[in-house]
Amino acid sequence: MATRTSRMSYDGVAVAVPVTVPYQRYSTLGAHWFLGQAVAGLLEASGLAKEQIDGLCVSSFSLAPDTAVGVTQHLGLSPRWLDHVPTGGASGVMCLRRAARAVQAGDAEVVACVAADTNHVDSFRQTLGSFSDFARDATYPYGSGGPNSIFAMITANYMRSFGAKREDFGRICVDQRSNALGNPNAMFKKALSLDEYMAARPISEPIHLFDCVMPCAGAEAFLVMSEARARDMGLPHALIRGAIERHNAYADDPVMFRGGWRVDRDDLYAQAGVAPAAIDFIQTYDDYPVIAMMQFEDLGFCEKGEGPAFVRSHTMTSGGSFPNNTSGGQLSAGQAGAAGGFLGMTETIRQLSGDAGARQVPDARLGLVAGFGMVTYDRCLCTGAVILGKAEATT
Amino acid sequence: MTMPLMRPKRKNPVLRTRQMNLPPWARGRVALGITAAAAEGRFELQTCEDCGTVQYPPREACRKCLSPRLHWREQDGAGELLGSTVLHHSNDLFFRERLPWRLGLVHLDAGPTLMVHLHGEVGDAPARVRVGARLDRAGQAVLIGFPNEGSAHMADDRMLREMTSDPKFRKALVTDGKTEVGQAIVRALVKAGADIVWVGHAEPWKKLGGLEDISALPQVTLVPLDLTNGRSVTELAGEIGGKVDIVVNNAEVHRSFGIGARRGTDVAKAEMDINYFGLLRLAQEFGPALKGRSADGATGATAWVNLLSIYALSNFPPHGTFSASKAAAHSLAQCLRAEMRPAGIRVINVFPGPIDDEWNQHTPPPKLAPATLANAIVKALRDGIEDVYPGDVAQEWLERWRDNPKILERELAAGS
Amino acid sequence: MTTTTELMSAAEILAGLVGAMASGRIRVIDLTQTLTPEFPQIALPPEMGQCWPFRIEEVSKYDERGPGWYWNNFSCGEHTGTHFDAPIHWISGRDLPNNSVDTIPAQHFVAPACVIDCSEQAQADHDYLLNIADIERYESRHGRIPKGAWALMRTDWSKRHDPEAYQNFDETGQHTPGPSTEAVRFLVEERGVIGFGSEAIGTDAGQGYHLRPPYPCHYYMHGAGRYGLQCLCNLDLLPPAGAVLICPPLKIEKGSGSPLRVLALVGAGS
Repeated sequence: MATRTSRMSYDGVAVAVPVTVPYQRYSTLGAHWFLGQAVAGLLEASGLAKEQIDGLCVSSFSLAPDTAVGVTQHLGLSPRWLDHVPTGGASGVMCLRRAARAVQAGDAEVVACVAADTNHVDSFRQTLGSFSDFARDATYPYGSGGPNSIFAMITANYMRSFGAKREDFGRICVDQRSNALGNPNAMFKKALSLDEYMAARPISEPIHLFDCVMPCAGAEAFLVMSEARARDMGLPHALIRGAIERHNAYADDPVMFRGGWRVDRDDLYAQAGVAPAAIDFIQTYDDYPVIAMMQFEDLGFCEKGEGPAFVRSHTMTSGGSFPNNTSGGQLSAGQAGAAGGFLGMTETIRQLSGDAGARQVPDARLGLVAGFGMVTYDRCLCTGAVILGKAEATT
Repeated sequence: MTMPLMRPKRKNPVLRTRQMNLPPWARGRVALGITAAAAEGRFELQTCEDCGTVQYPPREACRKCLSPRLHWREQDGAGELLGSTVLHHSNDLFFRERLPWRLGLVHLDAGPTLMVHLHGEVGDAPARVRVGARLDRAGQAVLIGFPNEGSAHMADDRMLREMTSDPKFRKALVTDGKTEVGQAIVRALVKAGADIVWVGHAEPWKKLGGLEDISALPQVTLVPLDLTNGRSVTELAGEIGGKVDIVVNNAEVHRSFGIGARRGTDVAKAEMDINYFGLLRLAQEFGPALKGRSADGATGATAWVNLLSIYALSNFPPHGTFSASKAAAHSLAQCLRAEMRPAGIRVINVFPGPIDDEWNQHTPPPKLAPATLANAIVKALRDGIEDVYPGDVAQEWLERWRDNPKILERELAAGS
Repeated sequence: MTTTTELMSAAEILAGLVGAMASGRIRVIDLTQTLTPEFPQIALPPEMGQCWPFRIEEVSKYDERGPGWYWNNFSCGEHTGTHFDAPIHWISGRDLPNNSVDTIPAQHFVAPACVIDCSEQAQADHDYLLNIADIERYESRHGRIPKGAWALMRTDWSKRHDPEAYQNFDETGQHTPGPSTEAVRFLVEERGVIGFGSEAIGTDAGQGYHLRPPYPCHYYMHGAGRYGLQCLCNLDLLPPAGAVLICPPLKIEKGSGSPLRVLALVGAGS
């Protein structure tokens, strides 16, 4: 076999059937319930029979003591390709990349990618305490503030280094909330003003209430299959134009001020054959607005340190100059655990299928979905990004 | 500037006493290396023996070259504060009860980035800091960012006080005031600002001198206490147990016999009855009261000090039965530490070498002066240190014992 | 003189005794200090072996350790509290026959008691030594000390309830009253007493070490196969003569002594 000098493209792979199981703030139901509802939703929307799903990729934080295998028995599936990608906010991108290769290799024909989590009243505390070795040894004993305290310090350092103000982060949050008003699935239904954002109570300074996502229960899912199969079935779909991931990037940076997207972003755009200017909308991973701002920089829309100027000079609503998190993002839609990593993906499929209702980005052809996740000590370890393109109509 | 600690007002007796919620206690085995060093007052991190990289968080393989040869080395803690935050919300009960709480991210000059508790006198980033390790209320090491130069009152920092057992404004019990060591401990506690020092004494008809001098101190109250008499301990605990913040158990019987030099078990029994069973009786009676008040305001119950002996680690045959009794007491003191942990009461074990007293008359110097021992105890309380080895002999024997306990056993046997 | 009892049978004497006790004509006086952990025990120099103090620990008290009952374990020395000294206790008596508490004839545990009052002298002088003149003064009033009787030195020392005062130590040692060497020899050789009893912590004076020989009461009494009683109390309730002392020690194999209950039978109103 000839050795490859460049990575294999994702040509011929489609993502389709975006499914959202509506979010609830708290639920006594288990993660398996939300998983089951998501899979059922995929079948209903696609018209496929359960047996036709021959690949499964699962992401969840609340499955324990079960893993993906247990889910196959629980839901009565018998896939020939299985992956468990419990990497939270990066799992959407990572599930997509793995499922795409399986389809390209012929190891599976239809892969269901599902992210689901329940949220009990004490889920957040339980998850924090037993998240990772390093969190147990070096983070949790320091205030047990969870990611809030870590990203507060990352935010403080970023503000000091690059002159960002709280108002700059506020603009991101306010515009996302505006987008959320057009998303019937969003948990937040009220508009947010910059004054309200600034006046909100501190959580871990300089992070205040509206810088934090609201954990909830829910699920997001989509199908990956060949482009040919999607056309045959007449399913609205999008195409994968490029995808990257990187873990534990810039490990020697004393504090996070840039993310792994920077390392491989040139490769991402080369795969898609476009420059950043061609992107019509972006779904940043918004655990905190400072990270969204870093993604603007690290994914090539401005230089490092220009994030504040960038948000001051753009409107990030669906109809604005730089649509970001058109669903409202996690900050306004809610974070259903690992499903937060799929939120951008399902929203992008809807946008590129013309199914985004009141929040539709006009003439959307290329969307960028970024992933970020797994804060184990003092930063998130996983980064990833996908460029999806609109499927052109065939004659 | 840290606000100096004010003497707390008298407690309202009809209010419920706040109980202790421990900060997060879980640590992996490798991470406990920091705790082991902090217990002796040192800040240590793993250093790769092959490439020199300093590791944090603690781990099993070098993060640079994958070598498993990671050894714990003392750190000077010098570093740069990169950012700080004031926490206003926590899901953990300990922190929730003590908000707001200040945290920092420090880039150690030695390499790694540390999440730390921040002393109030550390300014905003950028700032130079010095990181140290202390044991928190759960008895586990946490890293603290200290200012390079602290004010005179820096020990009164609210966060730091949770990591220490400062005698200031507290009430202490010293179980035997009839020995020179006991009297020195009493004086040192009074000098450190203790409000009340109850001083135990047994066999009041046996006068040994020195007791009158310390009973003249206004903070001192003499109380009858015979650790061989269960009822004496019970009665005293009933009387003052609910008010004691620090117990210093210095009562001991020390004779200079091995096995063959003294027939019968009466001397060994007398040593065990105070050194081991005395501790047991005291702990059974005073332990619960201490535990109930471990979160009782800024000057609540905080520590239990056991005067053991370096001979507890390895038997000193000329004082063989004494050594055995101290070894028994050491083991029991470890049990006590485990039982006190849920309440956040620190158990401090002190392992002096030979003290300059009458029972070590034949022991050649260096010997530990009672005042030096007393100061070491107060320092341990102030710094929150858990295992104390005061004096040159104790330090040397500890080093030899850690290097190879079997060799030390032979060396001590050769001396008798 | 033929007394009535010589005409009575033993059974009648005993019955009479029981009847007299029932009617209160004969009373029982308890000469025993209560055994508590606070009661002082003899203290020797620290290099020597020590007598255990009395210590007591509950086994259970109607609780989880034993729901329906209350009982204790205790420990003490043979010479703790009110106690009996057997001849084997002293080096001078070590080789005598029947010299330990288990071999002393039981007959010896019931004997008449002569109470010699030195309470005023002892109050004035804590080191007071009972001398022959005291014995002569006693006998002139109350008759000759009979052979086989106990000589009890009343000092009211037992009224010193504070352990410090009872031990009465200073830098020169202990200061408690006791008998002089001459008095002891007299009681042993001239009167044939069965033993010597005191209210203080030892039969010998606190400074008895400095007499010649040291501790003469122990030396001569036990050397002659006689006994000792210590830490007695209520001697002031006894008649100077005529009380009957009952003092059986525990039957400890080769025991040198034991704590015990010392009782005196006295006539009502005496």
